[in-house]
Amino acid sequence: MARFSTLKDHFLESRLFMGRALVMLAFCALLVGVLVIRLVYLQVIAHEHFTTLADGNRVRILPEPPNRGLIYDRSGVLLAENLPSYRLEITPEQVKDMEASLEALGELIQLREVDLERFARLRKSSPVFRAIPLRFRLSEEEVARFAVNRHRFPGIDIEAGLTRHYPLGPLAVHALGYVGRIDERDLQTISESEYSGTSHIGKTGLERTYEEQLHGSVGHRQVETNAQGRVLRVLERSAPVPGSNLYLTLDAQLQAAIERIFDGRTGAAVAIDPDSGDVLALASMPVFDPNPFVNGIEVADYRALQEDPARPLFNRALRGQYPPGSTIKPFVGLGGLEQGITTSHASTYCPGFYKLPGRERHYRDWKRSGHGTTDLHEAIVQSCDVYFYDLALTMGIDRLHEALAHFGLGRTTGIDLIGELGGLLPSREWKRAARNEGWFPGETLITGIGQGFMLATPLQLANATAILANGGRKLQPRLVRTIQASGAQEPEAVPVLELDHVPRVNSRHWQDVINAMIDTIHGPRGTARSIANAPYRIAGKTGTAQVFGLKEEEEYDAESLEYYLRDHALFIAFAPADKPRIALAVIVEHGGSGGGVAAPVARRILDAYLLDEPT
Amino acid sequence: MSRLIDKRREDASQRGWQQLLHLDGTLLFGLILVSAFGLAVLYSASGQSSEALLRQGIRLGLAFGAMVALAQIPPAWLYRWAPWLYGAGILLLVAVLLVGDVGKGAQRWLDLGFIRFQPSEMMKLALPLMVAWYLSETRLPPSASRLLVSAVLIILPVVLIARQPDLGTSLLIGSAGFFVLFLAGLQWRLLALLGGLVAAGLPVLWHFMRDYQRQRVITFLNPEQDPLGAGYHIIQSKIAIGSGGLFGKGWLNGTQAHLEFLPERSTDFIFAVLGEEFGLIGILVLLLLYAFIIVRGIYIATQAQDTFTRLLAGSLSLTFVVYIIVNTGMVTGLLPVVGLPLPLVSYGGTSMVTLMIGFGMLMSIHTHRKLLAN
Repeated sequence: MARFSTLKDHFLESRLFMGRALVMLAFCALLVGVLVIRLVYLQVIAHEHFTTLADGNRVRILPEPPNRGLIYDRSGVLLAENLPSYRLEITPEQVKDMEASLEALGELIQLREVDLERFARLRKSSPVFRAIPLRFRLSEEEVARFAVNRHRFPGIDIEAGLTRHYPLGPLAVHALGYVGRIDERDLQTISESEYSGTSHIGKTGLERTYEEQLHGSVGHRQVETNAQGRVLRVLERSAPVPGSNLYLTLDAQLQAAIERIFDGRTGAAVAIDPDSGDVLALASMPVFDPNPFVNGIEVADYRALQEDPARPLFNRALRGQYPPGSTIKPFVGLGGLEQGITTSHASTYCPGFYKLPGRERHYRDWKRSGHGTTDLHEAIVQSCDVYFYDLALTMGIDRLHEALAHFGLGRTTGIDLIGELGGLLPSREWKRAARNEGWFPGETLITGIGQGFMLATPLQLANATAILANGGRKLQPRLVRTIQASGAQEPEAVPVLELDHVPRVNSRHWQDVINAMIDTIHGPRGTARSIANAPYRIAGKTGTAQVFGLKEEEEYDAESLEYYLRDHALFIAFAPADKPRIALAVIVEHGGSGGGVAAPVARRILDAYLLDEPT
Repeated sequence: MSRLIDKRREDASQRGWQQLLHLDGTLLFGLILVSAFGLAVLYSASGQSSEALLRQGIRLGLAFGAMVALAQIPPAWLYRWAPWLYGAGILLLVAVLLVGDVGKGAQRWLDLGFIRFQPSEMMKLALPLMVAWYLSETRLPPSASRLLVSAVLIILPVVLIARQPDLGTSLLIGSAGFFVLFLAGLQWRLLALLGGLVAAGLPVLWHFMRDYQRQRVITFLNPEQDPLGAGYHIIQSKIAIGSGGLFGKGWLNGTQAHLEFLPERSTDFIFAVLGEEFGLIGILVLLLLYAFIIVRGIYIATQAQDTFTRLLAGSLSLTFVVYIIVNTGMVTGLLPVVGLPLPLVSYGGTSMVTLMIGFGMLMSIHTHRKLLAN
């Protein structure tokens, strides 16, 4: 063992050691002091700060999307519902290798190009911790296959949810519209918090118009999560408010009948209840199935719809602007009577053409041989052009414009459906503004028979017919009758909105015009006498509109070119004539004559509504 | 000074069983308290795993067993073995660098066929033994030449271990050697010089560091720079400790730990779990228990009867402080992340056994004294 020199040495060494040990202990105490100061800072001074951070770590707010409201027709037929469905969601921040994961996933579950593209697009615009849908409507088999392999895919989950479904497929698609995935454009207009957790939004039609009511309000769950983001427990919950259910004015039975009656022809039909403005049917033919649009239609299928020459995606009822042709004659005639410009007994001689005073140009009647001496009644019944050339010229464009504007032409009807077009009711002011030209008398003539610049949508024509049928009440057409809010006892009725009233100078004038319209069908010389054998009386007016070369369709070959040059067949009607329950406008594109084609279609539609309806 | 010793001298009759078993009751009491506290924290940190608790219990049993065994060995034997242990340790460290197993990117293990063995653990004890042995050959304070040789004795294993690379252990062993020098009376002038050299050597050290080690230093200086990557550990442990507050969230109620935000929560970062669940009060209690052990260790050193045991006991006690300071400093963000466990609390076995063997030596030193004073 160690050699101890002396006891004194030992004592000195012991003292040296003692000193050194105390120095070291003091140094240690200093270090511990620093540590304690640090701890006091962390745990006392900055405690609140770190508590917030710790809560931020564990507490997340998860949105609970509301269930979308359902849509029913006027008698309770379900038109839009929500079906349970499974969708595959990916939370990017939890996926280590996205490429590899997607590839491995593709072996279990069918992933289309659209799915991957949409996912890539949404991924760019979403925060990394938010789940992004990759596939919708997984089959039971796919769900099972993924469930077995779930452990291989951290951050990828199957979410049970609801997906929009239109049980009647294409029925009334142009009125209903459809929902689709929220895209970047939608994101700019919606409140991000309201739509957190919602994947779909109304894209067209009522689904879009009533988006706010159908969507409901988002709910929230405050949840505690672990570091992997897995939900451990719910701390607080505010339930979502489901969207309201819509009860439409549409009659699904009538709508289905119309779509059947058109039988492959293109065109449109709009039926309105003249007493309430209820739109009973709004058909644009051909129709298409909205269901594939809900979760992203295949590019090829979409292209096929877009390139279809019959243009199924085009909403003719709402946005198709056609020359109304002779269908406006009753309105012009009524205007002439009410403005005191003509009387029911005044006659005009129709030689088959009309000349402006001092001009050589012939304005032809559709009947080359002429109608002979014609009063207003016969002019409407036989659709004499010359009578209306003369009347229009006498009225002048300003009064003509005023008369037709009373019936809502040239302006949107205000229907509760997004995207309506207002047609065109020409006037001096319009021509000055649009063409920078003065108005010519010749233009007044052709405006008097609904040609020239004049354009109207089928909805506008049906609306004008309804105003005529109900004696001048200008009701705003409506598609939604009642709105059933979630939890509300009684559905809330959408009020009938009377926008205006056509001034009535003399009720006889109205009756005279309506009588002429009745004789158009039920009279011996009426242009629509072929449909007279109905058990109810119809008041109506035929129309045949010349087609002004639709530019984008000009490139078709000679055979189809002929078809596309054919006139549009129009018919407006209301029935029963003495107590109207339905006002109708029908357009059969390139159908030929109104009396020959559109009137029979209209007759079958009226039958479907007036005869099949259980009363 | 002698009066002080007289006053503190214990009654021989009371120390009967301790003398018999060669155990120091006071030190044992402190160690058991810390271990028990540690087990409670570990139970929470491991997610209430009774398996982890059992394993740790077995390790503690083994470690206490090793301590008791070592306590029976008289210090004179240690004195005789010191050079041999040291020499063997150096050889094994060289062997590790040549043929050692790679685990977690570092070569630390030596597979002896029947047991996997970490020579650096052995060096934690062999180095202070060696330096104490060498310096106790002559009178203190040591001469310049002795100091120089001691420095070489220290630097050799430090470099070898740093090469594995195991910065934590290397630091620990370096301190153990330094403490012997310091307690032996290293001149203040030389100490200042040494400090200057270390400061000057830091850039050189940076040059020799591996990428992950540099990253740790960078992270230490600015943890928010990469909150989800390298800085994640520190940020989460600060949040855990800070959110614990004065009284903590209560045992088993730490959200950071139980929701798995805190990494390494049952091993190197268990101190953060303690801070989160028991608050500042809980930490102070643990620190007081540690202080109790350390003060007792230093006391044993002052009571030692010869230079060798005195230096050894002092170094072992102070090295224990280094463990605590480095670990708590790292978890609270005061020091860079260096992988050292919180002694007797962190889950894990090897270093605990080494530590307890060290305490066994302390007990041996204290209970093998010849009772001259009586």
